[in-house]
Amino acid sequence: MAIDMIERRGKLIPGATGDWEVIIGLEVHAQVASNAKLFSGASAAYGGDPNAHVSLVDAAMPGMLPVINRFCVEQAIRTGLGLKAKINLLSRFDRKNYFYPDLPAGYQISQYQHPIVGEGEVEVDLDDGGSVPVRIERIHLEQDAGKSIHDMDPDFTFVDLNRAGVALMEIVSKPDLRSSEEAAAYLKKLRAILRALGTCDGNMDEGSLRADVNVSVRRPGGELGTRCEIKNVNSMRYVAMAVEYEARRQIGVIEDGGRIRQETRLFDVKTGETRSMRSKEDAHDYRYFPDPDLLPLVLDPAWVKEIEASLPELPDARKQRLIAEYGLSSYDASVLVADGERTAFFEAVARGRDPKLSVNWVTQDFFGALNKAGLELARSKVDAAKLGGLIDLISDGTISGRIAKDVFERMFETGDAPGDIVAREGLRQVTDLTAIEQVIDAVMAANPDKVAEVREKPKAFGWWVGQVMKASGGKANPNAVNELLRKKLQID
Amino acid sequence: MTESRTAGLLGHTLAGALDGLKAKRFSATELTRAYIQAVEEARALNAFVLETPDKALAQAADADKRYAQGAPRPLDGAPLGVKDLFCTEGVRSTACSNILGNFIPTYESTVTAHLWRDGAVMLGKLNMDEFAMGSSNETSCFGPVINPWRRKGSAKALTPGGSSGGSASAVAADLCLAATATDTGGSIRQPAAFTGTVGVKPTYGRCSRWGVVAFASSLDQAGPIAKTVEDAAILLQSMAGHDPKDSTSLPIKTPDFRAACARSVKGLTIGVPKEYRAPGMPPEIEKLWAQGIAWLQDAGAAIKDISLPHTKYALPCYYIVAPAEASSNLARYDGMRFGHRAQGRDLVETYERSRGEGFGAEVKRRILIGTYVLSAGYYDAYYLRAQKVRTRIAEDFRAAFEDVDAILTPTAPSAAFGLGEKAGDPVQMYLNDIFTVTANLAGLPGISVPSAVDAQGLPLGLQVIGRALDEETLFAVAAALERAAGFSAKPTKWWS
Amino acid sequence: MSVIDKSTVRRVARLARIAVPEEHLEPLAQELSGIMAWIVQLEEVDVAGVEPMTSAVDVSLPLRADNVTDGGDPERVLCNAPRAEDGFFVVPKVVE
Ligand SMILES: [Mg+2]
Ligand SMILES: [Zn+2]
Repeated sequence: MAIDMIERRGKLIPGATGDWEVIIGLEVHAQVASNAKLFSGASAAYGGDPNAHVSLVDAAMPGMLPVINRFCVEQAIRTGLGLKAKINLLSRFDRKNYFYPDLPAGYQISQYQHPIVGEGEVEVDLDDGGSVPVRIERIHLEQDAGKSIHDMDPDFTFVDLNRAGVALMEIVSKPDLRSSEEAAAYLKKLRAILRALGTCDGNMDEGSLRADVNVSVRRPGGELGTRCEIKNVNSMRYVAMAVEYEARRQIGVIEDGGRIRQETRLFDVKTGETRSMRSKEDAHDYRYFPDPDLLPLVLDPAWVKEIEASLPELPDARKQRLIAEYGLSSYDASVLVADGERTAFFEAVARGRDPKLSVNWVTQDFFGALNKAGLELARSKVDAAKLGGLIDLISDGTISGRIAKDVFERMFETGDAPGDIVAREGLRQVTDLTAIEQVIDAVMAANPDKVAEVREKPKAFGWWVGQVMKASGGKANPNAVNELLRKKLQID
Repeated sequence: MTESRTAGLLGHTLAGALDGLKAKRFSATELTRAYIQAVEEARALNAFVLETPDKALAQAADADKRYAQGAPRPLDGAPLGVKDLFCTEGVRSTACSNILGNFIPTYESTVTAHLWRDGAVMLGKLNMDEFAMGSSNETSCFGPVINPWRRKGSAKALTPGGSSGGSASAVAADLCLAATATDTGGSIRQPAAFTGTVGVKPTYGRCSRWGVVAFASSLDQAGPIAKTVEDAAILLQSMAGHDPKDSTSLPIKTPDFRAACARSVKGLTIGVPKEYRAPGMPPEIEKLWAQGIAWLQDAGAAIKDISLPHTKYALPCYYIVAPAEASSNLARYDGMRFGHRAQGRDLVETYERSRGEGFGAEVKRRILIGTYVLSAGYYDAYYLRAQKVRTRIAEDFRAAFEDVDAILTPTAPSAAFGLGEKAGDPVQMYLNDIFTVTANLAGLPGISVPSAVDAQGLPLGLQVIGRALDEETLFAVAAALERAAGFSAKPTKWWS
Repeated sequence: MSVIDKSTVRRVARLARIAVPEEHLEPLAQELSGIMAWIVQLEEVDVAGVEPMTSAVDVSLPLRADNVTDGGDPERVLCNAPRAEDGFFVVPKVVE
């Protein structure tokens, strides 16, 4: 196959003999969020007693036949549309033949020659606020394998087929990634899109999303090197670590005069290293051929249109809209669009309120508190109406920003309405000028030396504001305090 | 029960037996007992690999109850044999391979489930070539089936053909009223021709493949072997029908096949393909074919010479497509979840030994051929090319069926041959299917009708191939041939 | 096309996970070569522009609803296993 890649200079890795460029492509396996498996009626739920979610089809009993799950097909189409990819109205299923105890039929049903989804694109957001386009080669539907457990017996492997036959979407990128950071950012973006689409829950701990990482190195702009495939890496951090390790390993081998062998490797999370997989050594002749138990998958264009019309707003569009509608910074918008729930929360808060104030309260105070408490948004006692109410109290001068922080802390703990907290605890801001004047007089009477000092050194003015606010229990209106203090201390 | 009463019970056709049961001339239990005894007495034929008399009697008792209540089902109380390729719940199913060992399915194939739904009685599981790979029944792990027919004045054991040899022998020897069988390249029609029985391979997709051990998925079809065309129609009626568990099962209604047997062939055009005149074909078969043409003409059909130019490539095409699919279909027999597991030093050796020991020579040969033609670098030259040739073969038929309603050919290039006579050369053995394999490749229905005995006293069959889904015309033409041929010869009962 | 030699039989048998004793390789190679020599007549057929036929029925793939209708009975899938323990299939040690 001809290598189709974009020439783009990424981060270079210095070696002993000069700089190297790393070329990365990802094959991401995303589990379809379906009730039943791709070709059988057994449950696709995570967990369960061993072999409890297994039908006779999944166990490849003699004479068993596959029948495809319509919902899984729909999710592949939805995902394709979400990645701005071509939907192939005619696709086929092929058998990939190899022997392994967690592959009961001796073949995996996959789509080799005619995948359901063709080329697409993902805009990957980088930490520096920039972005790079990464092209999608294809998406196909295929079966997951079962689970082999090696540590239950020294001489035997135990096999659980609960995962066998669960529907996966394999999303294959072109080799457009140029650094470990980009690879991780790509996976992060893909996850956000899948979650927004609802086609995959993106739960990486449960293996719902995992990546095969193809890595090769070359001299900047030079001829492509031999690639190695690192199997089943299941977090963004591990993807970055695996790329980092593998690139340096390959550079080391080449600089020592060696050659890279095309192979499948395993990422060891304990050591952070990759190593060759023995079990895959002679598995390279998969003898793909069209599965004669299945017929061509022909999609009705009207169905595809219907799915397209039902697509939710996706992260990129959402981000652009947030920037345009609310005047948010690219960074704030990125933080919000990572998750549909968060966007919705922000928009509910910002409706009819100051967007800048809203975004600060939502992303910094509220998300910060959620993070600190390790709480999911949906389980927080503070809803958008309450947080919005708090912002209203600041805007209409009822409380100061400073007091608002305390009120928020209470709200977060108890779920009480901000107005109730303010009333109950007497936190209403004092705007009565005579009351503030009395406080100022008292502070001045107690600190005659400081009165003289501030006239010499205007920088000491901050201390005065602090003292007055403190004496008022934080309730004095800061603007009024400022104005009256200047008058009384005779500074301008 | 007297000897003659038993013999009388065994002489019935399926239609006749169902009439007798309905008229209460005998009970299902009586009929079943007679067949159980016949099966026991005929073990020399090696047609049954597992007898299930208890199950049969229980099913017969249920049938008798329904007759007593006046609510019988279509096949109530009819004792049948089941090819061991069909998985039967709680009853050992082996595909006649050591690799399945003592496999006892926890499920019932759709086709056999239809039979039990309709009240049929299971006498047991029938011998066959291992995984249905063979044309002489000699590859079975239980040893070959013996054809009840012998050459005049000879006691030499002949093959009943294959792979459904047990089904054909059992029906020919009156060990059951009819039997299920399967046909991937001719495995129903060739044994039917070798044993003087009727065999039908329906249109691909007519019968569900669910629960039938797969050989070559795009070619396999279940069908009946029976004593008469009408019996075959009755049995197929029950076996057929859409099954949502098989993605290749056709979502269509099953027509009234039995009624179609009574249709006239007047006005039909029958095609005679010149390519089926195989070099070295015995003159008697040539003669029978001409006779068949004359019979149909007499019955009012028009005859038309046609050409199916890619016929000679059908068999080599089949020997790429079928082994390729088989090599993958049989990968599940790995000793991990069921069946035979050999001792090995490690996983790979366990796989290799289990499969090396479990599969017989012919199955291994075909797995190796299939693996080879799919392997890297050969796929395009062999598998892809074969699939294109298959398209050509199907196009030949499509063109022919624009001018004709059915096609008449011999079923097999010879009569039954002796055991061991063709065992040395695989290709010679493969040539048995030369006239039948085209229908499998094109997915068309075909039927073999016993039409004559040759000079040695062995039966010969004629084949009718129909349009896809037009089994009705197939049954009409076959019934016309059957009436004209008046075939009534029976093998001499030498086995008990 | 190529004739099948001993090393090809060894490679293919390995792919198919079938033990073939060394002394059987040569006879098997000849047997398979004989079959392939007969099969190569397919090269005579003009297949230019011909679509491969992958199924014998002319309908599209039927789709089923996403309902859980099966599973939940481990014994049903384990009962024929040469070896099973604690609900698992037990197989020779797999080295990854
Ligand atoms: Mg992959
Ligand atoms: Zn994959």
